[in-house]
Amino acid sequence: MATCPVCDGDVELESNTVAGELITCADCGSELEVISIEPPKLEEAPDAEEDWGQ
Amino acid sequence: MTVRVGFLHSLLRKDEKFLIEEFRSRSDVELIMLDDRKLIFDLETKPDVDVVVERSINHSRALHALKLYESIGVRCVNRSEVSRICGDKIETSVALASHNVPQPEVRVAFTEQSALDAIEEIGYPVVLKPAVGSWGRLLSKVNDRDAAETVLEHKTILGSYHHSIFYIQKYVQKAGRDIRSFVVGDDCIAAIYRSSEHWITNTARGAVASKCEITNDIAEISLNAAKAVGGGVVAVDLFETPEGLQVNEVNYTMEFKNSIDTTGVNIPAKMADYVISEAKR
Repeated sequence: MATCPVCDGDVELESNTVAGELITCADCGSELEVISIEPPKLEEAPDAEEDWGQ
Repeated sequence: MTVRVGFLHSLLRKDEKFLIEEFRSRSDVELIMLDDRKLIFDLETKPDVDVVVERSINHSRALHALKLYESIGVRCVNRSEVSRICGDKIETSVALASHNVPQPEVRVAFTEQSALDAIEEIGYPVVLKPAVGSWGRLLSKVNDRDAAETVLEHKTILGSYHHSIFYIQKYVQKAGRDIRSFVVGDDCIAAIYRSSEHWITNTARGAVASKCEITNDIAEISLNAAKAVGGGVVAVDLFETPEGLQVNEVNYTMEFKNSIDTTGVNIPAKMADYVISEAKR
């Protein structure tokens, strides 16, 4: 179980979650990046940059 | 024989997750994660991989990382040349034109006045696009001279110098949709319609994806566009016009998460097959 850095809610990581993955907090809807699986750690996802995406 | 696949990435979106899970389901693949936020290149040291598959969310990092990997002999999907051409709309238009692939009428100009002259030459409406950009951001549909003067002035004064390289495309009346086709190697594997009430039909901007049957025309222009930019794994955006299909853009780190269920095609499996075949080539 990880903790949302925005709302402090519990965030359950699925078994196939990988570091670097983008997930959404079910409580507050914040977009989060999985920093590590063990120990479970989340940070707010970075804002979109100008050269992101296709 | 195990194939060592380097997976170049930054943030991992659903698209990357699908691809990671596909590679990990293969008994003959060892996946090595290459986080572009942690990489340091010294122009000599070669990573212990047979192939790099590029899935960086940042175009500029992808472009340079691919060039650096290729410079030390690492095979990459896609090649840096493909990222250079697809990442810049001017380069893409030049490549399409040189391969006689139909595209909307385009002008490129470098000053407010010459851009205004170019717009008036091809006629309203036009679409002004950043040469490097994505997800339909900073696109301007310009319907008249007043709007043209305003947008050009704003771009010149408020934007970085990149925004004073004016890429001007004749607006294509799309009847509420465009087509995105997916090309892997020599095959057009799937296609979707992207429908929206807005004139911008990127799914990142809310357009809805639905299945599009691959006609001979769609396959032909998609494969020709892929070939024009250097081949590999690309997504081709197509406009339907009275004169036939035209290529709007070609994407080299294609986003496909909305298109697997929609088309019934296992796109990540097709991509993985291609990457592995490139590693063994």
